[in-house]
Amino acid sequence: MVIGVLALQGAFSEHLDVLAKLNIETRKVKKPEHLEGLAGLIIPGGESTTLGRLMTKYELFDPIKDLVQRGRLALFGTCAGMIIAASEVVGYDQPRLGVIDIAVRRNAYGRQIDSFEADLEVPAIGGPPVRAVFIRAPYIEMVGPGVEVLAEHDGHPVMARTERVLVASFHPELTTDYRVHEYFVQQIAGK
Amino acid sequence: MTVEKATWRNKVGLAQMLKGGVIMDVTTAEQAKIAEEAGAVAVMALERVPADIRAAGGVARMADPLVIEEIQKAVSIPVMAKARIGHFVEAQVLEALGVDYIDESEVLTPADEDFHIDKHAFKVPFVCGARNLGEALRRIGEGAAMIRTKGEAGTGDVVEAVRHLRRVNSDIRRVLSAPEEELMTIAKEMGAPYELVKAVREAGRLPVVNFAAGGIATPADAALMMQLGADGVFVGSGIFKSANPIQRAKAIVEATAHYDDPDVIARVSRGIGEAMPGIAAGSLRDDERLQNRGW
Repeated sequence: MVIGVLALQGAFSEHLDVLAKLNIETRKVKKPEHLEGLAGLIIPGGESTTLGRLMTKYELFDPIKDLVQRGRLALFGTCAGMIIAASEVVGYDQPRLGVIDIAVRRNAYGRQIDSFEADLEVPAIGGPPVRAVFIRAPYIEMVGPGVEVLAEHDGHPVMARTERVLVASFHPELTTDYRVHEYFVQQIAGK
Repeated sequence: MTVEKATWRNKVGLAQMLKGGVIMDVTTAEQAKIAEEAGAVAVMALERVPADIRAAGGVARMADPLVIEEIQKAVSIPVMAKARIGHFVEAQVLEALGVDYIDESEVLTPADEDFHIDKHAFKVPFVCGARNLGEALRRIGEGAAMIRTKGEAGTGDVVEAVRHLRRVNSDIRRVLSAPEEELMTIAKEMGAPYELVKAVREAGRLPVVNFAAGGIATPADAALMMQLGADGVFVGSGIFKSANPIQRAKAIVEATAHYDDPDVIARVSRGIGEAMPGIAAGSLRDDERLQNRGW
């Protein structure tokens, strides 16, 4: 199984490092031809406006959307990646995939000085709480049918999934707890 | 549920999210919008771009809070702002304004010729300039969560940016290849905290994100710094002092993302108008070199 990481901008090398620790074969994705044969794709944290512009310019939106909707590609979006995956971004009309029926609020917790870490209970993963790093993070404001909420913080969903799409407001790639990546690889990309 | 705000991971983490991106100097809300539209990952709010600071002379200070607030309102990407070296009250003001990153910058006139700001005392993260590994690790020791190699701001001449990044890289190679017993002496020679020299050895790189700055004026300049190992680039005067800022900004963003693809760099460099006029960094007198500020 090969998992791709969108490598146009953002914390992609951190995701590649985690996947390498899990002994998963990886590929950097910068152009549509890099999508071929991938079981899953991670869209990392970064700036969603920058990612959106570069993904538009290099014609990545349509092929990714098509592969995910046909069930051929699993997708995991963290932070900006969650914004890119969402069907709606509250207050902004920015390019996105719309492969998971959620409305996302950008910078929902405030500015950088309000960035934080918190323990998250994630029953789907089990075991001790996940130490979640939130950086100028978005949260999920509304969840459509077919979307399962996996974790909440302060009354708002911060992790959710469908059959083929996983999203998280926080950054599992910044810690040494690899359970969220394992969950994506085994329970979503591996299905 | 134990919630902790503004942790070290939060501070370093924001810089990690900016990697592979371009941070652009802006002086107005209108320029900030252009930068965001062009794909900047963040903007640096300041009163004058470095080329104008050079031309104007006099004392360069933190930007007017009104301008910073207008820029914050205009864009959704992170807003950084510069404080003078050692001017911890300018930093307090910037933190009160809620900027996302503070640049304790040699581009402004230093307020203290002996000491930098105690950056651990702040919730907002700091980026600082460095010309070599020792300087980078001193700043990290003081609490900087991101480094930028200084280059020579406001010149449009990339030579100093190259020099400083190569120097940091070669200093890191020295730390990695030295036997354990030599590390203390290396720390002493570099003027770097011993624990951070050890941290570099363990990580195999600088323990925080490092962007290149100071003289980047073209898409090829940006890609050059990326190929030399920078995590991203700051472009100061290079955009808004050029003939066609929007096109140049977009081209530099693309060249930074596709830094290892000469076909892309060739395509985006085509017909984007005159670059900023520029000053050969080698023609500057020692007292005109901003990079010498910082201790």
